[in-house]
Amino acid sequence: MGNVIKIAIRNLMRYKRRTFLTSLLITVGVVAVILFSGLSGSFKAMMIGQITDSNLAQMQIHKKGYVSSIDSMPLDLNLNQKAYAGVENILKEHPEIEAYAPRIKLGGMLSNFTETTSIRLNAVDPAREVKVCPAIEERIKSKNGGKRSGLIKEGEIIIPEKLAKGMMIKEGDTVVIVAHNREGSVNGLNFSVGGIIEDLLGPQGKEGIIHINDARALLRVEEKEVTEVAIRVTKFSRLDAVFAGLAPKLHEFRNPKGKAVFEIHTWEKLSPFVNIANMIDLMTISMKIIMIAIVLISILNVMMMSVYERVREIGTMAALGTLPGKIMALFVVEGLFLGLISAVVGNLIGLAGIYLLNVYQIRFSFGRMDNLLLSPEVGFADLYWVSGIVVLVSVLASLQPAYKASRMEPVDALGHV
Amino acid sequence: MSLVIAKDLSKTYVSGGVEVKALKGLNFEIEPASFISFVGPSGSGKTTLLNLIGCLDKPTRGQLVVAGRQVNDLSRKEAAAFRGQALGFIFQAFNLFPVLTAFENIEYPLVMIKSENKSNRKERVLKALEAVGMLEQKDKYPDHLSGGQKQRVAVARALVIQPKLVLADEPTANLDQKTALNVIRLMRDMRDEFGTTFIFSTHDPRVMDEAEVTHTLVDGMLISSETASAGGGANG
Ligand SMILES: Nc1ncnc2c1ncn2[C@@H]1O[C@H](COP(=O)(O)OP(=O)(O)OP(=O)(O)O)[C@@H](O)[C@H]1O
Ligand SMILES: [Mg+2]
Repeated sequence: MGNVIKIAIRNLMRYKRRTFLTSLLITVGVVAVILFSGLSGSFKAMMIGQITDSNLAQMQIHKKGYVSSIDSMPLDLNLNQKAYAGVENILKEHPEIEAYAPRIKLGGMLSNFTETTSIRLNAVDPAREVKVCPAIEERIKSKNGGKRSGLIKEGEIIIPEKLAKGMMIKEGDTVVIVAHNREGSVNGLNFSVGGIIEDLLGPQGKEGIIHINDARALLRVEEKEVTEVAIRVTKFSRLDAVFAGLAPKLHEFRNPKGKAVFEIHTWEKLSPFVNIANMIDLMTISMKIIMIAIVLISILNVMMMSVYERVREIGTMAALGTLPGKIMALFVVEGLFLGLISAVVGNLIGLAGIYLLNVYQIRFSFGRMDNLLLSPEVGFADLYWVSGIVVLVSVLASLQPAYKASRMEPVDALGHV
Repeated sequence: MSLVIAKDLSKTYVSGGVEVKALKGLNFEIEPASFISFVGPSGSGKTTLLNLIGCLDKPTRGQLVVAGRQVNDLSRKEAAAFRGQALGFIFQAFNLFPVLTAFENIEYPLVMIKSENKSNRKERVLKALEAVGMLEQKDKYPDHLSGGQKQRVAVARALVIQPKLVLADEPTANLDQKTALNVIRLMRDMRDEFGTTFIFSTHDPRVMDEAEVTHTLVDGMLISSETASAGGGANG
């Protein structure tokens, strides 16, 4: 085998320019895939992080049917105290759940005494909420140097940025929230504006925040009912597994009519960003397919040329008694090494590119969010995958020309000039 | 027993619906350790015959025994294995592998065809290089060798597997007169030294004279077989 490799490599070196150009083409493909998946992967991870850590949480539990009518924020689909206790029992004993937080979602009217507009509110238990959405406080802009004590206090409201701008509401102002409860009776409460919160992508990204106790007072509910339970798991990569474990347990709860009481969703079902994430995945796959096509076509082309140019040499090898399998191996190994060298060089350049992107940090804005920092990274699994595919495709592309070489009749091949 | 036995050996090519009778029922025998030439005008069937003896092609009719083996109906793979085992080849255009040095070209059959171990290989290659007088050029690539030097390396490559028979179709056609004679004499020395049978074809009268037995082909038929007078044409 050592000699087969030696001869294959020398033959590659023989047509230096051609080998170099082919290798360059494949290398460019590999680098493009590595950089693109590094960038898009980190963009995706960052966006998902933003969404799950500062707004949605990773999973949410509601009363069955809530999510499909989420836009109207129906109060009659709240979970009562008993149901919430049932959920808590399941979540408390689950080792992979880091934190959970109760929320009440309500719609109301916001007035600054000159103007009135509708507002969607997320009423939270601040101590629990920050454990489920650890980045939520980063979204809140506050005058006094940004440092706030706790997410929210009773009597405070945090206003979404656009609303605040439109109504010229500033931190420290007093506003009134008027809401009507399930029974239809209207109630109002004064709030002091504790901060302004950046908007995020999606319907739940433009909610104001109040304390959960204020929401209960506003809605005049005696019971500790909640609209949703937001959940954070200990390891994000285990999210789907935890979800799969929780779903059947929650499904066991039935109402007197025998219907399921709860529904549970991961962020993917709750955020429109999942479509963008899927698009990114699709683009990454497309890049990989293009790379595979580049490798396939360029290796096939080069190997076909090599076989054609070396007909007489192939004839000589065959005449001297080289078995067809060995002749085939020579050409396959040649294609393999062409792919392998390109893959290795591509990996090195790709890694260097990723490193440079991290050194010269890229900032960008997406929607209302700006100054986002991308820190692209690639896993070794990705590198192995890309290299493996390149080598595999190189071998596959070499098979046909190599087979052709091995089937040549020595008499015909020797007569070839 | 004779090394090559041909009985009623015939080869007919069919190309484009036209039959060409390249060999028409040849009968001959070739003894071990002999130095044989096939001569004749262009198109008389020399290459065709050498291809048959070299198991590169199959006869259409007749019997052919080479080195004790009936070779009429060998499969592709069997023929390849047999060639690698028992036959050596020298070509008109030298056909050295351009990516291998002289040493590596000679080593080729020992690694790619027979799997000889490394120290054995080296010893045999060096011996072959020395026998053809190319020891000093052993690390040169074919591009840096003259025609005569290339053919010497090719002779060494043919001999390194210690074949029973070496076939050379017009081995001197690409060489000038003086070099041609040198190469033929080298082949003859090799026969003397190792007892290998050489069969070559040629157009060149001066080269012909070096053969011990000269078979003349005309139009696919063997018209004469002459044995040179003892010592005739032999080098000193
Ligand atoms: N592959 C082939 N297909 C058809 N006819 C062929 C083929 N090879 C050889 N012939 C014919 O067979 C006859 C013998 O050819 P061959 O090459 O054996 O002659 P030769 O004695 O070697 O000639 P030269 O001295 O020119 O090399 C010629 O008529 C030639 O045209
Ligand atoms: Mg000929």
